Amino acid sequence: MALTDAEIRELEEQAWQLRHDIINVTVWAGGAHIGGGLSMLDILVLLYFKYLNIDSSHPEMADRDRVVVSKGHGGVGFAPVLARRGYFDFESLKTFNQFGSPFGMHLDAAKVTGVDASTGSLGHGLPMAVGLALGARAQKKAWKTYCILGDGECNEGAVWEAAMSASHFGLTNLVTIVDRNGYMIDGATEEVMALEPFSDKWRAFGFHVLEVDGHDFAALAGAIDTSLSGDKGPCVIMAHTKKGRGIDYMEGNVKWHYGSIDSTLAEKARASVDRMYGKA
Amino acid sequence: MSEVTGTTWTVYDANSMTQAEVYGHVLCDIGEERDDVVGLTADLAKSTKIGLFGEKFPERFFNVGIAEQNLFGVASGMALSGLTPFVSTMAAFASMRACEQVRTDICYQNLNCKIIATHGGISFGTAGSTHNAQEDVAIMRSFPNMTVIIPADGIETANAVRACVDWDGPVYIRVGRGFEPTWYDSEEYGFQIGKAVTVSEGTDITLICCGVTVLQAAEAAKALKAEDGLSVRVLNLHTIKPLDEEAVLRAVQETRRIITFEEHTVHGGLGSAVADVIAASGKGCAFEKVGLPDAFSLVGYPEDLYAHYKLDTNGIIEKVREVMGRDFEEDEDWEDEV
Repeated sequence: MALTDAEIRELEEQAWQLRHDIINVTVWAGGAHIGGGLSMLDILVLLYFKYLNIDSSHPEMADRDRVVVSKGHGGVGFAPVLARRGYFDFESLKTFNQFGSPFGMHLDAAKVTGVDASTGSLGHGLPMAVGLALGARAQKKAWKTYCILGDGECNEGAVWEAAMSASHFGLTNLVTIVDRNGYMIDGATEEVMALEPFSDKWRAFGFHVLEVDGHDFAALAGAIDTSLSGDKGPCVIMAHTKKGRGIDYMEGNVKWHYGSIDSTLAEKARASVDRMYGKA
Repeated sequence: MSEVTGTTWTVYDANSMTQAEVYGHVLCDIGEERDDVVGLTADLAKSTKIGLFGEKFPERFFNVGIAEQNLFGVASGMALSGLTPFVSTMAAFASMRACEQVRTDICYQNLNCKIIATHGGISFGTAGSTHNAQEDVAIMRSFPNMTVIIPADGIETANAVRACVDWDGPVYIRVGRGFEPTWYDSEEYGFQIGKAVTVSEGTDITLICCGVTVLQAAEAAKALKAEDGLSVRVLNLHTIKPLDEEAVLRAVQETRRIITFEEHTVHGGLGSAVADVIAASGKGCAFEKVGLPDAFSLVGYPEDLYAHYKLDTNGIIEKVREVMGRDFEEDEDWEDEV
């Protein structure tokens, strides 16, 4: 579904609000995986506000589309999206990370409404997404499964076991998106454990690779459309993103894989986000 | 296999079929009744016999190749999609190669996945320790939400598989490989998940067993009655978790001597589970755990290994005589002991 200029503006507005939300939740939580939460945010915004067939007032709707956020540490980016999409009150995120809260840094599907699969341990998401997609096919259901992978987690062998099977089973009801932000905890992916030629690896496993700017809604939408068309067989969207996107002092800085921000840093972060969206 | 003419498991001629073969046939029956049931394996369709289901329901059967982590991840996704997956692979790989997927994907999310783990314990003893599973019960019972069942024979396997379909949440059913002799001759003996089955009544000592040791203990009890005049209670504690604590406590109260027999390391399996109940009861009890020692098992045919590790009839008789010979306070007054 091609996006109109007005739709893109609405999505940008949503993303601007959510980047502020993520800053607030990071402050409330006392620390969070803010870098990776921000890098995948635009992907989540596009899915939750444009693509997904979901109904937040009927979160268990049988024929809803499913999302597996395999990079489960991105909870600080994911939870605010669910809140703004109407699954729960945004203010409840003030308890994030606190004793007894439903919200920990890796979201638990049993506790957080709207989460389809509990993730956190890396390399588990794509196998589950393959199971969901096969499950839909076995039950002759039209709903789609979306899986967001971190690039670092593609070091895990289970990701490639799953990739092999997605390709073997010819899954075109599965949209696989890699948040290619280039960093993992210990440094740049290419320094810690090189992934490149990353796209070639996916091609060798039988995927059609769609390289896009992961912060460009129109480009992402085009790639999702291609994936869903089934014309190219199983697809992976290699979404090139920036870790910490929107906060100038975090962008591309490995230090912000996980971090805490005080009120001064939070103000700087808000100002940076406003500048990026032309709201300063 | 004899011609299927009735609705009971005995028509499968469980005497001449492995537990896994019985399981494969029962699952085919369940597949007829329930279209939400799917089967998965990792290149062990033939070895585990889940391939029987695959032949009958090819559109509901998925072989993911030699990739056990993906196997359990995919099964989790299928359960999340509303299906009831039965997953079969060897116990060593289900419990160790895919340990975290079973724990985090299946148990953490409390999914309706049923794991049928074959080649449990040392039943594939000729293959050596890479293919033995002497730790799987300890691993599986440590996971919240997991139910752990070790059927005594093919008929009990059939009962367990049938019962687990409507049992909420993850279930681990551990069966052997070989042609273990059958203890039960009919499925009508009151199998219930979480409830011990009394194989023989007795008041002198209780033998708590699961899996292959049930038959061996039952035979030992007969011999001990004839030769030593002992009244030996034998409990088939097929469900390791949730454990039938009441049956254990009754054994403490009524026989005050207990030995557990299991085809598993003595660390963390049936014996440990029973020991926890005895210790918490605050009551004195002569107790011994018999199983595999804290060492990788020898290579050999299962029957030779069972004999070596005192898990066969002779070994059980020997252990019972040893424990009966222990000096033990016989009075029924618990007050001085609690």
